[in-house]
Amino acid sequence: MASIKMKSVDAVVIGGGWAGSILAKELTEAGQSVVMLERGPDRSTASEGAYPGSIDELEGNFRHKIFQNLSKTSVTIRNTPDQTALPYRQMAAFLPGEGVGGAGLHWSGVHFRMPPDDLIMRTKVKEKYGEKFIPEGMNLQDYGVTYDDLEPFFDKAEKVFGTSGEAYTVNGQVVGKGNFFAPSRSDNFPLPALKDVYGANMFRKAAEEVGFHPYAMPAANASAQYTNPYGVQMGPCNFCGYCSGYACYMYSKASPNVNILPALRNDPKFELRAEAHVLRVELDSTKTKATGVTYLDRKGNEVFQPADLVIVSAFQFHNVHLMLLSGIGKPYDPVANEGVVGRNFVYQNVTTTTAWFDKSVYTNQFIGTGGGGVAFDDFNSENFDHGPLGFIGGSPVWVNQAGIKGIAAAKIGGPPGTPHWGSAWKKAMVDTYQHSVRMDAHGTNMAYRDVYLDLDPTWKDAYGMPMLRMTFDWKDNDIRMNRYVVSQIAKVTKAMGARDVHLGQRQPGEHFDTRFYQTTHLAGGAVMGDDPKTSALNRYLQSWDVSNVFVIGANAFPQGTGYNPTGMVAALAYWSAHHIRTTYLKNPGPLVQL
Amino acid sequence: MRQFKRVAAAALFGSLGVAMAGLPAIVPAARAQAPAPAASGLLAQGEYVARASDCVACHTAPGGTPFAGGLPFALPMGTIYAPNITPDAQTGIGKYTEAEFARAVREGVRRDGASLYPAMPFPSYARMTDADIHALYVYFMQGVKPVANTVKASTIPWPLSMRWPLIGWRMMFAPSVKDAQAKSARSFADPVLARGAYLVEGPGHCGACHSPRAITMQEVALTSADGTRFLAGGGSVDGWIPTSLRGENRTGLGRWSEDDIVEFLKAGRIRRGSAFGGMSDAVGHGTQHLTDEDLHAIARYLKALPPDDTTQTPWTYDATLATALHAGDVSARGARTYVDSCAACHRTDGQGYPTVFPPLGGNPVVMDKTPDSLIHIVLTGDILRATHDAPSAFVMPGFAGRLSDEKVADVVSFIRKAWGNNAAPVTAQDVARVRKSLPKEEGEAPLPLN
Repeated sequence: MASIKMKSVDAVVIGGGWAGSILAKELTEAGQSVVMLERGPDRSTASEGAYPGSIDELEGNFRHKIFQNLSKTSVTIRNTPDQTALPYRQMAAFLPGEGVGGAGLHWSGVHFRMPPDDLIMRTKVKEKYGEKFIPEGMNLQDYGVTYDDLEPFFDKAEKVFGTSGEAYTVNGQVVGKGNFFAPSRSDNFPLPALKDVYGANMFRKAAEEVGFHPYAMPAANASAQYTNPYGVQMGPCNFCGYCSGYACYMYSKASPNVNILPALRNDPKFELRAEAHVLRVELDSTKTKATGVTYLDRKGNEVFQPADLVIVSAFQFHNVHLMLLSGIGKPYDPVANEGVVGRNFVYQNVTTTTAWFDKSVYTNQFIGTGGGGVAFDDFNSENFDHGPLGFIGGSPVWVNQAGIKGIAAAKIGGPPGTPHWGSAWKKAMVDTYQHSVRMDAHGTNMAYRDVYLDLDPTWKDAYGMPMLRMTFDWKDNDIRMNRYVVSQIAKVTKAMGARDVHLGQRQPGEHFDTRFYQTTHLAGGAVMGDDPKTSALNRYLQSWDVSNVFVIGANAFPQGTGYNPTGMVAALAYWSAHHIRTTYLKNPGPLVQL
Repeated sequence: MRQFKRVAAAALFGSLGVAMAGLPAIVPAARAQAPAPAASGLLAQGEYVARASDCVACHTAPGGTPFAGGLPFALPMGTIYAPNITPDAQTGIGKYTEAEFARAVREGVRRDGASLYPAMPFPSYARMTDADIHALYVYFMQGVKPVANTVKASTIPWPLSMRWPLIGWRMMFAPSVKDAQAKSARSFADPVLARGAYLVEGPGHCGACHSPRAITMQEVALTSADGTRFLAGGGSVDGWIPTSLRGENRTGLGRWSEDDIVEFLKAGRIRRGSAFGGMSDAVGHGTQHLTDEDLHAIARYLKALPPDDTTQTPWTYDATLATALHAGDVSARGARTYVDSCAACHRTDGQGYPTVFPPLGGNPVVMDKTPDSLIHIVLTGDILRATHDAPSAFVMPGFAGRLSDEKVADVVSFIRKAWGNNAAPVTAQDVARVRKSLPKEEGEAPLPLN
């Protein structure tokens, strides 16, 4: 295993997912030479998405073909600081990606803009309910950016992703039947909304009937063929339902591989190195400047890639891990309540409700789109009065029928209490699979002082590095929020005419259980903000401590949001890139002076 | 186009079938003198002419250095390899004088006097101007890096390996430079048409694939002045049938506008169809690099070619089968297979999602008298390659392993019938024949990365 030093480049980008691809594109457009390092293999639709072999549920969603290889690296998990964490050895609760495209290759395609109030949550809660409304131990913060700051970048991301949706207001004018609560937009969606599947349409009508405000979910699943501003093309979605966990063989689910990299790969200023596992960002003796990154290449050689600018744009917790391993920013200490790297680690608070219908009602759950569906936001963000309810946060509610395939359907089986095998199971499958609708309360998880990320003192990964440790549990505020929103769903299922309903609700005192899939929407841990005491990054996602390091990803969210994170990650990536291009490159150094 | 030449060379030998003794004429050649460094304008012009002539397609091995040769042409009696045309003195064309170079390109005679196989389209290149040949020579000598690459010797055994019978072929079928240039200089009312004629008939050598050939393998017409067989559709090239580039309504370019043709040659994809088979290479290596002016010249010239087949009724869309499919009626022959395996991309209405997935209704390839291209692409699938203007590639999967000859015949017949296409059905025997004739791929083509 040799030690190799590469020729210096202007910028090195760690991670070949959405954030890394956006930054690499923007930086090469600005004339920078860019090397992108991706620890997994190169991936493309022609290989991973080759029809019909690619639509294999066993390989895709049960053997996790395009996900992280947990035999090399993983995290350790515990619920509370007094426990000893154990490694996450099997994919279950969350499914991080690996390989070119990252999680952007296996995601579903739900593509939201952040609600404006979520970006200024601390300010808003204080203003509406008073500071005392914030529970003891909750770290409620603002992002340091507003919706108006980010709007051009939300717009740009939607155009690059080929997002399908229906607007409510454009430039303040009501233009359609989109989300009543959504902020005004500078332009419409690039593609019209996907059609409602039958169950979603039933949900839309019922939600309207009970006085809620249903709308078509914005989806980066193309509703028609599309050419994006980079000149790359997408095919139209055919509702096959092989989105989450798969490379889309129709080229209709946005991914870095389909939507950005074709315009980058031929650029002589850009080089992609796959199977390059980054070990750390190297700092100079002052610890205020990065000199490059050290990685292991596919042969196991240790390689140093010098660079003037380092973009840390791997998945959320890998970014935090790399900062901790590299000594960028002060690690969080929950006892002293000091330090910022690892602080405000959050998740997403999702539960699923099922409604069963008469056998004459066919919902065809095998079809679907990863990102499409019908939602209402009446209990999301600050769209409702939290005062009498006594909790912070909320949930959009939706039917996001992403195609329930054979194995998943068999695992779900019939209503609670049905056996998981034998003739009773079979009968329940026949009675329910074709005649049910599933809906999610896709809620917020707030940040707490004793929920955080740090380096595990015991466990090391295959490369000899201390593993990242998650200390995470559900909290009373979030459980009460979930129970309240789910209780509102009962009104809708009743109006839908369900013959039976199972309301999926968190139970009081419930603990986080890693054995069951919930969502891969992990966030926080290296958050953005205006105060270096409570944030690791400034409002441009630049490290407060090492100014030539930018850390792009959901790690920057100070607390959870009700929406899926990718739309916000993409907008933050374009926002950060814009300020790097227009300000930083002209005069490298901190973009925020204290 | 390389595929064409493999087949053409094979057929040539089959038809000549010579086994005679003799010595090739050795013509002494003056030693090449290093030309003075050229202006970058001349180099750029030479590179452009090389693009327009698509030299790289044949003179590059799969995954090899451009122009370093080595692409195999498998023939029944052995394999020949495209020569190295980089300016390496020992293994390439470094010793060629400009006159020797011009003679090789336009007349098919090697520096040592031996005849080139007509895989080299010198009957078309014969009409290239001295200025273009000069630029091309300067480009190859100064703009291309010499690569020492000894191309494998032909494996054709003696006496078939003798090249002198090719002299006779040249004398009978290849025009002299003087005649060819005189013909190209025929008068056109519009200088744009004249430019188009030069590009298509000369460096572009479109007829090499798109014109029919006689039993002795010469193109039956080399220019539009030679009759309506010129560019009226060629013989099989690795199982792909080059379509007519003339004005036939159904199987030619009758319904394509000048802009359609320009855009097709640039991006490889338009609302009417996408490039595949050998045309992918032609667009990728060649036409996408041409200027808009030249592409318009080519398009306008092609649009001026009247149909060879004058019996075709205009294609009009017929919704009968689409309506049936939409209503769930899959009783028509091949309809069920079409819905299960094709309609996701090409739609039940046959209109596809251009320019991502091409339409099948009204597509000239689909209605061609010879159904081989359609059968071939159903069996093997193909790739719409990325171009500069359209950086996304799209892969169609092959169905050879999933569909029997009968099923392929059914679905191809459906596609040929539906949406107003009304082309003749095909049989399982047709499919079996095409399946059997598919060339064995030599090395996998690289897969697209999007």
